[in-house]
Amino acid sequence: MPDTVQQNGHGEGAYNYAYLDEQTKRMIRRAILKAVAVPGYQVPFGGREMPLPYGWGTGGIQVTAAIIGRDDTLKVIDQGADDTTNAVSIRRFFARVAGVATTTRTEEATIIQTRHRVPETSLKDGQILVFQVPIPEPLRMLEPRETETRTLHALCEYGVMQVSLYESIARHGRIAKTYNYPVLVNGRYIMSPSPIPKFDNPKLDRNPALQLYGAGREKRIYAVPPYTSVKSLDFEDHPFEIERWTECCALCGSTESFLDEMIVDDTGKRRFICSDTDYCQERQDGQRR
Amino acid sequence: MSDIALGLADPAHDSQRLFRTLLDAFAHPGRIVSLTEGLAGVGSLSPAATAFLLMLVDRDTPLWFSPDLDSPIVRDFVRFHTGAPLVAREVDAQFAFLTLRRAPLLDGFAIGTDLYPDRSATLVIEVPSLVGGPPLTLRGPGIEHQACVGIAGLPASFVAEWSAHRALFPCGVDLVFVAGTELMALPRSIAVES
Repeated sequence: MPDTVQQNGHGEGAYNYAYLDEQTKRMIRRAILKAVAVPGYQVPFGGREMPLPYGWGTGGIQVTAAIIGRDDTLKVIDQGADDTTNAVSIRRFFARVAGVATTTRTEEATIIQTRHRVPETSLKDGQILVFQVPIPEPLRMLEPRETETRTLHALCEYGVMQVSLYESIARHGRIAKTYNYPVLVNGRYIMSPSPIPKFDNPKLDRNPALQLYGAGREKRIYAVPPYTSVKSLDFEDHPFEIERWTECCALCGSTESFLDEMIVDDTGKRRFICSDTDYCQERQDGQRR
Repeated sequence: MSDIALGLADPAHDSQRLFRTLLDAFAHPGRIVSLTEGLAGVGSLSPAATAFLLMLVDRDTPLWFSPDLDSPIVRDFVRFHTGAPLVAREVDAQFAFLTLRRAPLLDGFAIGTDLYPDRSATLVIEVPSLVGGPPLTLRGPGIEHQACVGIAGLPASFVAEWSAHRALFPCGVDLVFVAGTELMALPRSIAVES
């Protein structure tokens, strides 16, 4: 199916605009407003079956479907890349069912749906970043019971999370968590930033764009409004730090972006390249000019 | 039935545009947005309140109208276009439409629970104008530094009432002020000072 298939989905026998029916969209929209009003709190919603399996972005797709319109320009990334299977299929899905323009350029997009990265390019007021979230509950690996985690959130009782970080320091000498690093939103709720690398955590803090998080399997929506404080948990003597590389990107030479490690031959030779394909391409184009 | 005003001309696209405008308002408390889908107000409801109703209300969302907004015209319109149950008690409502004549303004509505703060009401409040009133300063999520607003007709007791209400966070109601076709959101997370 080419990316250019344009149909508004209003024809007889076709799906409703943007796949979901209007009642479902209203339900999701109401949940989004609650999520924005209580930053970091996971709002339950009536998640629907989507035409792709759980784990492939069903939550993010439902959030995007509830907000997207014909005036939007959509960008979809998977681990920073626009050209991976998940990103391509979701981008085509919305080009088809919502008739929207798509782009790979971060600054052109009005909605960016993402799996596991925040773009390197700074986001602007008015842009919406939609995260695909596999496990929305940050305390789940420490406390499997939903009734308990809900109570811990209600009481703002987050000692168990600090203890787990302390145990990591005791065992490894540092906080060894490198992705899905827990954050405190607006000084109230501990939130899972979805499995973005902790490298991206500082970008969540006081970002001018609206961040919406959708978890399809667990049917939760949460949000971080623009300019909202998002603090990565740490200790005074073990402050939060992001990953650093001694190498630079082999393609664009960036020393500031998140780098993927590639094994390029049978002798184990390694190269590092930017995870954010759009950022890397923009830099390469700029160098050629 | 022929007296019932028309709803959205193109429901899927009109409600999407309206929602994005409303989401912009919620994401930027204090920002005045305009809901322009060519709607007229129904009964005593402003065009913005009518647009809000058509975009978010359906049979899953119990509605409450303050006595000065309630009328057979409004009820027929709501029943025909949304199918929403109209409730007699404020506390049962998910969406409430009221004016500033209600005092105390915020009492009696569902504020959710500590476990489920989302089970709370959203209040759509008709005001004469979103500008020209007593100056208030807003701070909180969605506002870079601070936002200055001047909602006309807001009682002097509002700041104290909102502060007391905000102490219940994360429980609480979210406010949407409407005047004509314009709208401003005040989610529960926002601090208000005079």
